[in-house]
Amino acid sequence: MKILTGNDLKSGDVVWWTGYNWSRHVSDAIEVGDTVDQIIAREIAARTVNDCYTVDAERTDTGILPVHIKEKVRATGPTVRPDLKIAPPDPAAGNWVI
Amino acid sequence: MYKYDSYDQQMVDTRVEEFRDQVERRIAGKLTEDQFKPLRLMNGLYLQLHAYMLRVAIPYGTLNGKQMRMLAHIARKYDRDYAHFTTRQNIQYNWIKLAETPDLLADLASVEMHAIQTSGNCIRNISSDQYAGAAADEVTDPRPYAELLRQWSSFHPEFSFLPRKFKFAVIASDEDRAAMRLHDIGIQIVRNGDGEIGARFYAGGGMGRTPMIAPLIRDFVPIGELVSYAEAILRVYNRYGRRDNKYKARIKILVHEMGAEEFIKEVEAEFTHLQGQNIDAPAAELERIIAHFEDPAFETGLSDEIDRSDPDFAIWLDQNVHAHKRPGYAIATISLKPVGGIPGDASSAQMDLMADLTEQYSFDECRVTHSQNIVLPHVRKADLYSLWQKLDEAGLASPNLDLISDIIACPGLDYCSLANARSIPVAQKIAKRFADIDRQKELGELKLKISGCINACGHHHAGHIGILGVDRKGTENYQLLLGGSGAEDVSLAKITGPGFTEDGIVDAIETVTDVYVAAREDGERFVDTYRRLGMDPFKEALYG
Repeated sequence: MKILTGNDLKSGDVVWWTGYNWSRHVSDAIEVGDTVDQIIAREIAARTVNDCYTVDAERTDTGILPVHIKEKVRATGPTVRPDLKIAPPDPAAGNWVI
Repeated sequence: MYKYDSYDQQMVDTRVEEFRDQVERRIAGKLTEDQFKPLRLMNGLYLQLHAYMLRVAIPYGTLNGKQMRMLAHIARKYDRDYAHFTTRQNIQYNWIKLAETPDLLADLASVEMHAIQTSGNCIRNISSDQYAGAAADEVTDPRPYAELLRQWSSFHPEFSFLPRKFKFAVIASDEDRAAMRLHDIGIQIVRNGDGEIGARFYAGGGMGRTPMIAPLIRDFVPIGELVSYAEAILRVYNRYGRRDNKYKARIKILVHEMGAEEFIKEVEAEFTHLQGQNIDAPAAELERIIAHFEDPAFETGLSDEIDRSDPDFAIWLDQNVHAHKRPGYAIATISLKPVGGIPGDASSAQMDLMADLTEQYSFDECRVTHSQNIVLPHVRKADLYSLWQKLDEAGLASPNLDLISDIIACPGLDYCSLANARSIPVAQKIAKRFADIDRQKELGELKLKISGCINACGHHHAGHIGILGVDRKGTENYQLLLGGSGAEDVSLAKITGPGFTEDGIVDAIETVTDVYVAAREDGERFVDTYRRLGMDPFKEALYG
């Protein structure tokens, strides 16, 4: 499955498309279909996000996660600073890539 | 150290306000990201893996206490209470907000600092010897010449859009503490037979995906022609450097493909062409700059005696303190490599402390090293013990300078969007494996350097032991390299063979150090034994 990500223009935060808005939590992401180009064009025009692109993801027991390690790190924060990790609903999320 | 004059200050202040306007227009939608991106990059603002990242220039790595305190303030006010000292003597903030950047830059400008030319295909921050002005082995302080080049290269219209980024290093001693020959231009300030100061030029070095050691371009350029000779090299590069392929655009590729001899001919012809065009600064301007780097008011008659009765202090003294040119003084290195810590990271509280210590113990000067540590260049030997006590309380007294746990590591996949693998966790695991300081000292000087991708920000090609993180079918994998050096015995490390997993690479480091310990002869460092024996015994131990 493909999910859509970008960076919030003002804060630079990594954000994920939820179907109607952007969330900092990858677990809120939804699968994007054929309309992804329209979503990207609309959101960039609205000056909400930068650098939108889709990433491969999969459904796991703990929710949707990117497949590739780089996107996993991007979704959850630096693996070497647990205090700075984004805390999704999954309490074991800190172990995803460590 | 150099103080801005009114021109310097006006240039920086004007740039802050210009960028403030650009940010406002971007947020208001008057600039697209495609239009804005080159503008923010010219001000050192990248969009990295997690957020905006700001790289702040620290010219030749030199800071005063006020500046270090400002770096702490910025970490506290605009970031997440820490920052990262880089392998080019700069500092990076990882969690910057676009809308706050102009205020941040204004704060920086208030202490004569900026982030200009820390990105883009221009001349980047000029690096130098962290012991400059304090080392006994230097011909002269190299920093006035680095400063002259900084002024010449700042906003230089002809060199703002080079084929690729361009890095200088300037040193003034035979011992190379700045990896000088692994820069686009490396300059060694020397004296000729008549005792005149001049510049020995090397060009075409670099790391990255195609590492090269810079060949000698000219043995002696009179110091009054330093800038015009640099300009001649840049002009030849700007004219002939490739712009069709960014991976072949650095000057090292040009020098390699053209051949050093032909490249030198082109440079000399251009240098001749530039004669009489008044490109070089007047002697009075160079003298003005040199005056900023006069020695501080060193005391005379100081004792060289140091009380070594505290054994922990004695270990630090032996490892982290270096000889100074003046009796009664020493150069002290603050390690930013605690066992299990993140190489080069410092909290705002630690930066505040280092600012205080800079003012209290080192004539208000400190230096950032390319090895991601901090140097206090002018400490009275009588003050070393009290300095060490304060560092120890703050977790800044690791006695590991140039030992295996003094690891250079790039931010890697934990922070960098270019990275393929994480560097920091590997550094942490190796440091923990070799945590015993007696074991580290037994291994002796061992420079271990880790990069998370082929761009080599972690200088893995120049490590006695280098590690390169790669992406192997979506999994982190680590190649091991041996035999590199960024010092005066410069050499490029070679890959041992197939890569290792994250845990496997830690075991592999232990394996090669075991080979070294078993095979070394008296006085040999790891790299010396490698050079004597070659790769075979290490390979045999690693792969059977």
